Amino acid sequence: MTFKLAASPHAHQRRTTQQIMRWVYLALVPGVLTLMYFFGWGVLWQLALAIVTAWVAEAACMALRGRPISSAWRDHTALVTAVLLAISIPGMAPWWLIVIGTAFSIIVVKHVYGGVGQNIFNPAMAGYVLLLVSFPVQMTSWPLPQSLAQFDLSFWDTTVLIFSGYTPAGYSMEQLRMGVDGLTMATPLDSLRTALNHQLTISEALAQPIFSGLAGIGWQWINAAFLLGGLVLLKVRVISWHIPGGMLLGLLIPASIAWLFAPDQSVSPLMHLLSGATMLGAFFIATDPVTAATSNRGRLYFGLLIGFLVFVIRTWGGYPDAVAFAVLLANMTVPIIDKYSQPTAYGHASGGRGGQS
Amino acid sequence: MPTTANLKEIEAGRIWTFPGGIHPPERKELSNTVPIAQLPLAETYTVPLKQHIGGPAEICVSVGERVLRGQPLSKAALGQGLPIHAPTSGTVTAIGPGRIAHPSAMADIVIRIAADGKDESVPQQGLTDYTQVSRAELLERICMAGIAGLGGAGFPTAQKLALQRPIDYLIINGVECEPYISADDRLMREHAATILDGAAILLHLAGTTKGLVAIEDNKPEAIAAMREVLADYPQFSLRVVPTKYPSGGEKQLIQLLTGRQVPSKGLPIDIGLVMQNVGTAFAVSRAIRHGEALTERVVTVTGESVQKPGNYWVRIGTPVATLLQQAGFVSEGEQQRVIMGGPMMGFTLPDLDVPVVKITNCLLIPSTQELAPAQQEMPCIRCGACADVCPAQLLPQQLQWLAKAKDYDGLEQQNLFDCIECGACAYVCPSEIPLVHYYRKAKAEIRNLAREKAKAEVARERFEARQERLEREKEERLERHRKAAEARKQAQAEQVAAGGNDPQDAVQAAIARAKARKAAQQAAAKQAEQNSETSSADEDKA
Repeated sequence: MTFKLAASPHAHQRRTTQQIMRWVYLALVPGVLTLMYFFGWGVLWQLALAIVTAWVAEAACMALRGRPISSAWRDHTALVTAVLLAISIPGMAPWWLIVIGTAFSIIVVKHVYGGVGQNIFNPAMAGYVLLLVSFPVQMTSWPLPQSLAQFDLSFWDTTVLIFSGYTPAGYSMEQLRMGVDGLTMATPLDSLRTALNHQLTISEALAQPIFSGLAGIGWQWINAAFLLGGLVLLKVRVISWHIPGGMLLGLLIPASIAWLFAPDQSVSPLMHLLSGATMLGAFFIATDPVTAATSNRGRLYFGLLIGFLVFVIRTWGGYPDAVAFAVLLANMTVPIIDKYSQPTAYGHASGGRGGQS
Repeated sequence: MPTTANLKEIEAGRIWTFPGGIHPPERKELSNTVPIAQLPLAETYTVPLKQHIGGPAEICVSVGERVLRGQPLSKAALGQGLPIHAPTSGTVTAIGPGRIAHPSAMADIVIRIAADGKDESVPQQGLTDYTQVSRAELLERICMAGIAGLGGAGFPTAQKLALQRPIDYLIINGVECEPYISADDRLMREHAATILDGAAILLHLAGTTKGLVAIEDNKPEAIAAMREVLADYPQFSLRVVPTKYPSGGEKQLIQLLTGRQVPSKGLPIDIGLVMQNVGTAFAVSRAIRHGEALTERVVTVTGESVQKPGNYWVRIGTPVATLLQQAGFVSEGEQQRVIMGGPMMGFTLPDLDVPVVKITNCLLIPSTQELAPAQQEMPCIRCGACADVCPAQLLPQQLQWLAKAKDYDGLEQQNLFDCIECGACAYVCPSEIPLVHYYRKAKAEIRNLAREKAKAEVARERFEARQERLEREKEERLERHRKAAEARKQAQAEQVAAGGNDPQDAVQAAIARAKARKAAQQAAAKQAEQNSETSSADEDKA
């Protein structure tokens, strides 16, 4: 009688990569719903387009690399990339934008570097940056929060808009972005930047209608929803606190200092936390384990660096929001962070004796 | 050196923590509810010669010889391995290579004994008062009884105690943190007095006055049993540690009980500590009080594929097949695994034709439902779950990348050799990467490389020494030739100057002498082959 041979350990916790990824996109649901509530149906189309593109691209790459195609759907990592990119771009963006971005994320950023676990840069953010620098108009054309918009777009209107560039009534994106007063409106962070560039003070800038509430209509709730999802991920231990904690702290500290010293020239810390992609970035984007630092200490440094870079780019950079650039820059520093954050292994502590660890 | 603050805290009963660790399903109730049963005698026994760390001992029985239980089958001096003993009375039927319980299923020298069913023992001589005997004699007795650490590593116990260095505490390890295993648990419940008697002997030998007994808090019955007896042993204090795997690992338990860390590549004694397992303490008491050699131990037989899980007193050398038959093993078929050891660190057996040895604490025969076979390895997503659970504070995923890349320098830099192979990382890995397997392989490769490098170094040194010797000899020879030539020239010159014979005659005479000598040499060629250089020098001289 012969028996099966196996390497120890024989016991195994039954939590697979697939399950982890499933938690990630389940935790995104509140954020996505809030996004839909404020910015319309578009995000659904973006999600659908991104997911289909990601799967096709993933399967094609696996086939080209001679790997089993079935694993393309199995590990769900491509799906998460697609979802993150889809909710990062404006909901009414033309269909080809998300297709190009997702295909680039999967094919170039992920598979050219060796596939799952091998990529240096966060695929969704690299895709986002590619789109941002190539198609700045489309990428910054956020629709107005529905309460400010003159037009109430139905699902059909949105669908036609995304695929043809005009609503069935013949309005273009540019026209749709005008408020009731006939002025084109940007996102809160964008408006603030423009205002500050025009030597306005924060209080003057905040008088614009888009800034009702804490951090601008919609965005504060969207951020709150992503925060909620993020806390769920923390609770089920899909992510640890080190990266989100580090990133929020890295943003909060310089923002608070600036605000304390020059309150009327700086964006308030609370607004920093609750606007743009802060929470999405902290809990869902920066936490991509593949491109983050390795040890917990390293991850804390990694998060702090992202937060600090977000502050720097939002304050002095050329772009209104900064999460994508900050994440990519931090991705580059991972090897050096890893080198200097290796934990002290058991028995290597200096002295080694009488330690109070 | 230990700070007084640290000693005070230990005295106060502080329990420290160690990083990482996991909480796998314990499943101890499968086997720990019934008392330890005596396994009936088997018909044949296979006793491997080498069951412990250290060299193999010298065999002192021959085929056909009748042996009694407890009779040594091999001899070993203190510090050089351990003897093995006949598990029952019977006849030695074979001595030679046989399959042993080893992850690689390799063969080693074994002694086969056909039992005669009488189970007669050699006469035994115990000690009533061990304090009246010298330390050396006690160590000798423990060594002669063949006692090795029964917790897992099989390090000769006497050898561990022979190191005479100041120690603060002797730690008796009854943690038994690996799931399923309950051998120590049952032993503590049923034989607490014997264990603590052995612990007191070990304390005496360790040359200290303070001992700690550690038990995990998932064994309330064992804790109660030990606590009751501990009332008679004021030198020992009980420490109940929280259930977490691998808190029973030597290094982790030391960290839990003392807050100290065994230095990398060091021993517990370097930080003033010695650890012994409860099973070892039991065996020491039997050896000293009764003069019994280690011929049996408690083995947990468990898992859903056996009908009668529980703990058994099993003679060393009992075929696994006999034990499993007794426990009611029904194979599930192709997917069936038979694991020697626990679910975290045990290894699978290819078949049942291997014997139980001194370090066999468990046989786990799981169904595929309870311990699903490993799935296909998926790519690492660097999630870091492994680093969170690593009790040695290593970065398992980095080690994995480096091991796959065969980056041996990188592996040493990441402290591969501080990995205790507890399996916590592979347990939590969502991609089901057999991490420990990669580390073991890398360790073996590094050890091999080091061995080959050492060998190459020796060969190089030998080659260089030889070259140097040849060079030196050549120069010496040339020097001799030169001197001989000078002497000859001078002699000739003197001869001519003195008006003697023509040098030419001398040459002729020399040739004649040389011929005569050659003839003589050929006769004695067998003894004098190495003298060729000398003779040629002589010729020149002539």
